[in-house]
Amino acid sequence: MTDVLDELTPDEPTDAPRAPASLNWRQEAEDGIVRLWLDCENSEVNVISETVLTELDTLLDHVKETQPKALVIRSAKPAGFAAGADIDSFAELRGEGAVAKLEQGHAVLDKLEALPFPTIAVIHGAALGGGFELALACEYRIGIEGAKFGFPEIQLGLHPGLGGTWRLSQLVDPVEAMQMMLTGRTAHDRKAKKLGIIDALVPERHVEAAIHAAAKGEMKHHAQGFRASALRTRAARSLAATRMRSESQKQAPRTHFPAPFALIDLWEDHGGSKAEMEKAEIASFAELLDSVTAQNLIRVFFLRRKLKAAGKGRSGIAHVHVIGAGTMGAEIAAWSAIQGHSVTIEDVNPEPLGRAVKRASDICERKHLSGIDTRDALDRMMPDPSGLGRARADLVIEAVPEKMELKEKIYASLRGKMKPGAILASNTSSLRLADLVDAAPERTRFAGLHFFNPVSSMQLVEVVSHDRAERETLDRLAAFVTGIDRLPARVTDYPGFLVNRILAPYLMEAMVLLDEGRSKEEIDRAALAFGMPMGPVTLADQVGLDICLEVANSMRSSLDRPVAETPAWLREKVEAGETGRKAGKGLYDYKGGAEPPKSPEPDPSTEIIDRLILPMCDAAVECLRNDVIHDEEQLDGAVIFGTGWAPFRGGPMRYARTRGLGECRDRLRALAERHGDRFRPDPGWDSLA
Amino acid sequence: MSRPVYLVDGARTPFLKARGKPGPFTPVDLAVQCGRPLLMRQPFERTAFDLVILGCVNVIQDEMNPARVAALRLGMGDKQVAFTVQINCGSGMQSIDTAFRYIRDGSHEMILAGGAEALSQAPLVYRQEAVEWFGGMARARSPLDKAQKMAEVRPDFFSPVIGLERGLTDPITALNMGQTAEVLAHRFNIDRQTADAYAVSSHKRLAAAQDEGRLDGEVLPAFDRDGNAHAKDDGVRPDSSIEKLAKLEPAFERPYGKVTPGNSSQITDGASWVIVASEKAVELHGLTPIARIVDSEWAALDPSIMGLGPVLASTPLAQRHQLEVGDIDLWEINEAFAAQVLSCLAAWQDEDFCRDVLGYDQAFGRIDRDRLNVDGGAISLGHPVGTSGNRIVLHLANALKARGARRGIATECIGGGLGGAMLLEAA
Repeated sequence: MTDVLDELTPDEPTDAPRAPASLNWRQEAEDGIVRLWLDCENSEVNVISETVLTELDTLLDHVKETQPKALVIRSAKPAGFAAGADIDSFAELRGEGAVAKLEQGHAVLDKLEALPFPTIAVIHGAALGGGFELALACEYRIGIEGAKFGFPEIQLGLHPGLGGTWRLSQLVDPVEAMQMMLTGRTAHDRKAKKLGIIDALVPERHVEAAIHAAAKGEMKHHAQGFRASALRTRAARSLAATRMRSESQKQAPRTHFPAPFALIDLWEDHGGSKAEMEKAEIASFAELLDSVTAQNLIRVFFLRRKLKAAGKGRSGIAHVHVIGAGTMGAEIAAWSAIQGHSVTIEDVNPEPLGRAVKRASDICERKHLSGIDTRDALDRMMPDPSGLGRARADLVIEAVPEKMELKEKIYASLRGKMKPGAILASNTSSLRLADLVDAAPERTRFAGLHFFNPVSSMQLVEVVSHDRAERETLDRLAAFVTGIDRLPARVTDYPGFLVNRILAPYLMEAMVLLDEGRSKEEIDRAALAFGMPMGPVTLADQVGLDICLEVANSMRSSLDRPVAETPAWLREKVEAGETGRKAGKGLYDYKGGAEPPKSPEPDPSTEIIDRLILPMCDAAVECLRNDVIHDEEQLDGAVIFGTGWAPFRGGPMRYARTRGLGECRDRLRALAERHGDRFRPDPGWDSLA
Repeated sequence: MSRPVYLVDGARTPFLKARGKPGPFTPVDLAVQCGRPLLMRQPFERTAFDLVILGCVNVIQDEMNPARVAALRLGMGDKQVAFTVQINCGSGMQSIDTAFRYIRDGSHEMILAGGAEALSQAPLVYRQEAVEWFGGMARARSPLDKAQKMAEVRPDFFSPVIGLERGLTDPITALNMGQTAEVLAHRFNIDRQTADAYAVSSHKRLAAAQDEGRLDGEVLPAFDRDGNAHAKDDGVRPDSSIEKLAKLEPAFERPYGKVTPGNSSQITDGASWVIVASEKAVELHGLTPIARIVDSEWAALDPSIMGLGPVLASTPLAQRHQLEVGDIDLWEINEAFAAQVLSCLAAWQDEDFCRDVLGYDQAFGRIDRDRLNVDGGAISLGHPVGTSGNRIVLHLANALKARGARRGIATECIGGGLGGAMLLEAA
């Protein structure tokens, strides 16, 4: 029998027919109001592609002739209004070609804006980038509860390019508008209403009434405050712009991220005139599009998509059982519960289970979950001191301390207890799966699932295979990772797997540099100047010096190549309990106020940078040679999303290729001569095309 | 048609003493805390129940019909019918009794029956005059009206009454529950020291039960958002002694009263569930019952002596099943007040009382203290009013099984002048 709610809920938002000669729009007219439904063909989400705009152009001409009472634009996709511009097509654009396309797009939205009758955008879900710009060109915007608006272009090293810079800064308080564009942050339904982005916020059931009110001119526009009008003078803009520039410089230097500065210039210089600002927006956008930063960041966008594609299909995983309620176990459990899974988390002691609940509650707060969503997530995550979830779970994730005997004991106790078909995954980061697999209850349904800390903000999860893992097991795990809104990287059982193998020399070389007498601030600030999110000394403290020591030892014993020596003082520090941030003291002193530096060195030593960065590129080449990961793109994506590796440089392989493979290899050879064999380039460099 | 009815499993939260501020859990939070692991350890899906019934006295504003809210939060599905019952201190047993009768009569196969109460969350109640003033203020439109209203404010508007205090006062006789215990202590000649001695044994028994693992599986840990793990009933005082209790002032009738905070039940938060099933459900899901629910009874009397409720409710059960005092292996008599439990025992030993009130030829007899509240009671572990009736039935079932005993009665007095009782047999 059909569920009552299913019976009452329509399958499709609309059954309006396709508009004449259009692949992406549906059209209907009722009560003298024309409705255009955006419905991009062969896609789950709408994107504002060139065809979408040219089709709209033709449709607007027809609609204008019929002289309707009003025109409504909305989306026929349950997923939302429109995700943004069609990045696939504009990524290829350069110079004059880009300018021409942008001008065409501007003309369509200007035509929409100029229609002599009310134009109404109805928005559900996300209206981002070009989708937001389409909505902004309408006279009214009606938001359906849950709607959100934003310009994520800045994350691609760009700014809005279809008139958004002008229209948003005219519509709402220009400083708020600039903040949205500079940070890429989205404004959610009530926030959007408060800012004045939408004129009404209604549930779906009141949309028709709201449309009729707008069509009759009975809907009030948001009134702008005094502050907004005061900011419409050139002098006020200059003052605000200066502040924005210094804020942006703190976030990321102009040399690496030119887009925020281009946007600020654009607004300061042309914020008083529509025609000027639109023209300047096009020129500035086209210029940014040509920049290496934007090209690399656009590539990062594609890398994300590629990683995601490796986790398609159904995981068949509803219930997750996590064994071990330490930091990682708690994070994994909390994140899985927030993403909708039933979760049990087991530990022998009740105290860590209590802390896990608090951690989950804190993550909900940090992620701005509503009270109801927080309650539901916490209800889904059950502390399970007696291990009831073992028999219920489709996936058991072991996240206990890195002790072989402990893991083996737990695996033995799982034998015969797990649900048929259930998968056992280990979150180990330093043990080899080959050494663990024999203890697993079902070897084919055992694999590694390596999360990064904190799971709630690190997007990457390594899905680690081994000789006897079934393909289906790995596919299901990758799909599970995608399902919890993380990115799977499919890697093989290699020392440190992929990400830690590549990151290890960064940390280890920093210790050698310290040993040579370089200051920790100098080392860290050089790495920041390169664009790393965190200097290696700071990172070592963050990871924990004890863990670093373990990683170094395991690299030394399992890698078939020389690695950096571990200074004796590091071992002494660990023995003295100065293990890093978690202990309040490590290489930096977190209680004594000697915190790590945050600003990059303006004139960094290339020697330090090369010694830190090139061994990572070399490790990447070694991983490719050993088939640890499928290809360079996945490798770069995994390293960027797993570590925050300077995204505008496109990842270690992209960086090596940009700098020149030959040059990198030669430089490594030179470093090997001076500093030792650990820099000797991997044989894999020779076979790279 | 009269079908056998089984109690197949059950679990409760630790009972958490109210410590002068709202505790970490609402009634439904508590019901979810112990309900999740209880449902998880069953061999059937959580959607397999026909009905959810929850006893709850102090329902909070955000959780109207807490039974339904709990069922949904426990993932029992949109189609789960659920209702809440309230008969004051008997609510948690009323839920089991309703389940028992539905299953016995053939309309249902399996029911989740519980009790939940968060007395620490009892609201502050404004005086009636203050409520009227708030209403008037909300209707005032013009600034002048508002100013006039403001001038009417009186300081005592803002000294709210604690709702719990009102809830524990009988509306007919205006006697506080503690005062009804004073009435019984007077009528049955229970002295202060006997009452205190009873209270000490309650604490010792609970402490021993905790230490010796007799509550394992019945009491499941609860975890709050601040990261605390609540593993056991926290009102227990293993070091309690007659000397210490003797120092306490009477709580309700100073200076001569006998009822003190030390020999009364504690104000606590807690929830409890039991799974009640027909023979068919037991077979279908391959369950192993803990006990069989044989019969139940409710009785009423003058509110000022509500503490004798257990005598009036239990005696008809004994009489219907021709049971003498020695035939009943274990008793759970809810410990609202030591003086009240002792008065019940005294009544059963009083020949006149048994003849005139209960219809016996002679005294029913002495209930051996070794058969009564063997693992402590509300004096040591607390009395979350809507939950206690559920807890005593669950614990009686577990205690019968653990001791290999055959038959037991769980019974409670109920504020307002009622008593409830349930007869269980080993399954």
